[in-house]
Amino acid sequence: MKSDLQKIHTQNLDLFYGDTQALKDVSISLEEKKVTAFIGPSGCGKSTFLKTLNRMNDLVDNVKISGKVFLDNLNIYEKYDIVELRKRVGMVFQKPNPFPMSIYDNIAYGPRVHGIKSKSILNEIVEKSLKNAALWDEVKDRLKQNALGLSGGQQQRLCIARVLAVEPEVVLMDEPTSALDPLSTLKIEDLINELKKNYTIIIVTHNMQQAGRISDKTAFFLLGEIVEYGSTDKIFSVPEDKRTEDYITGRFG
Amino acid sequence: MSTRIKDRLLYIIICAISFITLGILVWIMAYIITKGLPYISWEFLTTDYRGDREGILPSIVTTLYLIIISLSISTPIGIGTAIYLVEYSKPGKTIDVIRFAIVTLAGIPSIIYGLFGYMFFVIALNYGNSFLAGGMTISIMVLPTIIRTTEEALKAVPKSFREGSLALGATKLTTIIKIVLPSAIPGILAAIILSIGRIVGETAVLIFTLGTATGFPTSIMDSARTLSVHLYMLAKEGLSFEQAFATATVLLIITAFINFISSKIALNIKRFAMGSKN
Amino acid sequence: MQLNITKDMLNKKNLKKIGKKVFEKIVENIFLLFACISVICVALIIFYIFTKGSPAIFKIGLGHFLFGTKWAPTQGIYGILPMIVGSIYGTIGAVIVGTTIGLFTAIFMAEISPPWMVKIFRPAIQLLAGIPSVIYGFFGLLVIVPIIHKFYGGGGNSLLAVIIILSIMILPTLISISEISLRSVPKEYKEGSLALGATHIQTIFKVMIPAAKSGILTSIVLAAGRAMGETMAVILVAGNSPIMPTSLISRVRTLTANVAFEMSYASGLHREALFATGVVLFIFIMILNIVLNFIIKKAGASVK
Repeated sequence: MKSDLQKIHTQNLDLFYGDTQALKDVSISLEEKKVTAFIGPSGCGKSTFLKTLNRMNDLVDNVKISGKVFLDNLNIYEKYDIVELRKRVGMVFQKPNPFPMSIYDNIAYGPRVHGIKSKSILNEIVEKSLKNAALWDEVKDRLKQNALGLSGGQQQRLCIARVLAVEPEVVLMDEPTSALDPLSTLKIEDLINELKKNYTIIIVTHNMQQAGRISDKTAFFLLGEIVEYGSTDKIFSVPEDKRTEDYITGRFG
Repeated sequence: MSTRIKDRLLYIIICAISFITLGILVWIMAYIITKGLPYISWEFLTTDYRGDREGILPSIVTTLYLIIISLSISTPIGIGTAIYLVEYSKPGKTIDVIRFAIVTLAGIPSIIYGLFGYMFFVIALNYGNSFLAGGMTISIMVLPTIIRTTEEALKAVPKSFREGSLALGATKLTTIIKIVLPSAIPGILAAIILSIGRIVGETAVLIFTLGTATGFPTSIMDSARTLSVHLYMLAKEGLSFEQAFATATVLLIITAFINFISSKIALNIKRFAMGSKN
Repeated sequence: MQLNITKDMLNKKNLKKIGKKVFEKIVENIFLLFACISVICVALIIFYIFTKGSPAIFKIGLGHFLFGTKWAPTQGIYGILPMIVGSIYGTIGAVIVGTTIGLFTAIFMAEISPPWMVKIFRPAIQLLAGIPSVIYGFFGLLVIVPIIHKFYGGGGNSLLAVIIILSIMILPTLISISEISLRSVPKEYKEGSLALGATHIQTIFKVMIPAAKSGILTSIVLAAGRAMGETMAVILVAGNSPIMPTSLISRVRTLTANVAFEMSYASGLHREALFATGVVLFIFIMILNIVLNFIIKKAGASVK
């Protein structure tokens, strides 16, 4: 494996919610500036795994994690400041979650939190982030309006822009289109294709076609374990594992 | 056949009793306001209560002072407690004790608060009958109201707001101050309004702690009487029912106004909660 | 070389980060401190009421104090049984009258009335809850007491007046909580009963009220606490004679009235006896609180 390309890798990651084991011995290497998709049936641990990558699981009571997660070869569960980590590894949630404030303030929130006060720099960041999220043209005349007034698809792109505004290196996406209509979904997928030039993107999806359309590599999760991991083309055409084949061809899940 | 008659009868009883409930309210309001309104004059509202002057201005001022003093003590403590309970606390002994204390405070009747305030603030700490003693006692009394209402407001802030902010690298405190509290402002306002209502209506606590002096208060160590206490003294002394009716009318109008505001805020909260669902 | 620079930078950054973390921790502890104030207050209240109140009980003797039927401070006789009985009669009477009216009103609001009428009822009941207790007392003094005097004589200051005023005052508590619990009865229960051919009224009394039982019970206990603790309204209509009530039109004195009525001029053992009355009242209220906790816990368990 070419290690210069690897952005995040995990070693023997186990995760327990109380007594139930949600992740079993997960070791994987995720490549820089690629789109990696996690697929698998509900409850297979793919979202849980995604959340270990920026330590959002810390918010849940009763979680025990063992094993290692490395970002650029530093263990994020040891060496890292959690704030710094989340700045570098951004996250887009299943349901769009804009804050109840203006579009502008939503985008500027992250930079402000991290200490940027200059109005002109903030303006620049807001414009750039919205452009990168392909939302600028739709909202440039109403930046001061409440973000809750946007459509679901626009809200999700706003949330993506909000993440981009803190200039992360990795963007985690937890089923970002599952709450959206097909047209909005398509827009987000185009956006992901565009974003991978600059960002490492890891996306959890229920939608097999979506994984096929947008990802370079795919990992198939089952019962907390990675069953198979490889290039998307290969996983979808000649899967090695019988269980992967069954899932992809829709025989279960 | 008989079931139908029984049903009909019960139906009529239910409706009749409900209208009796409504009737009681109308009766009380109408009785007091029709008797009191004729005696309310500009002079009544703007003069003091001394010699042949029968005004209630000192009581209005006292009520306002007491509200300000009590709330400036209890609001920060109450909001801080609610933040701790909702945002920081983990299940365990500490939290059980705190919760039990809040439930107990809410259940203590005002006469006990009065007795305590008298023993502790008035006598033991030697504050005498004063705004300081009254304000402290009232702050403890309204604390559970502020804590519970603020807690509800904080809980109503969607979890996704917090996640979104934390995922952007904001610290917990930043998230609370910039995202959670602003979203909970209507609920916190409701808590404050509810407390104002309780302070305006309180009598038993204040007779023991703030006292019943009639003049204008000039310092925090002064004794004075709020509108409710004034009404109680007038009713007990039985000297002037005209003044009592007029004072009661003013109190009722203030109560109705506070109710109106708090229901307006409640409506806003509802709208906010619904708007943030998608 | 390069490694050194990054290390230096990291150190500087680390210092700032540590400062931030310490600050966060400090603020969290300030919030915890605020949360502990409630605990301190409860402890102080219990401590003061009991230490100031219990000496009198020992001086007078527990039996004489609790079961003595005569209260005559000038002769040094301190029996509070009349007040205990007065408080209990007043509370029970108010709960019976109030619950009957309150429950029917709640049924009306939750099940029978058209929505536009609920919009009149709800603010009206909120207003009823907001009216200061001294106004209830004043109203009782000038309206209820004369009416009772007219029909039964005896001046009108009586247990009956206390019960009437208290039952009005506890109505909002009874109505709002009962209405909420009736509304949260699952629709399936109601539909199931109606589908079996039960009438609407039958469904309300046979299915919905039993299903909302714990909420209704909660409202009753809360209301009982309010009634037992009410002071000012009661003083104005009760007559306040420290004698055993023998009928609905007897003058009564409640525990709360006993404390408030004589406090301004009492001294020595007399004053201590008033504090002791506070202890007895406090214990009654705590018992109600414990019952309430029990009901809520039980309801919570049955939901699970």
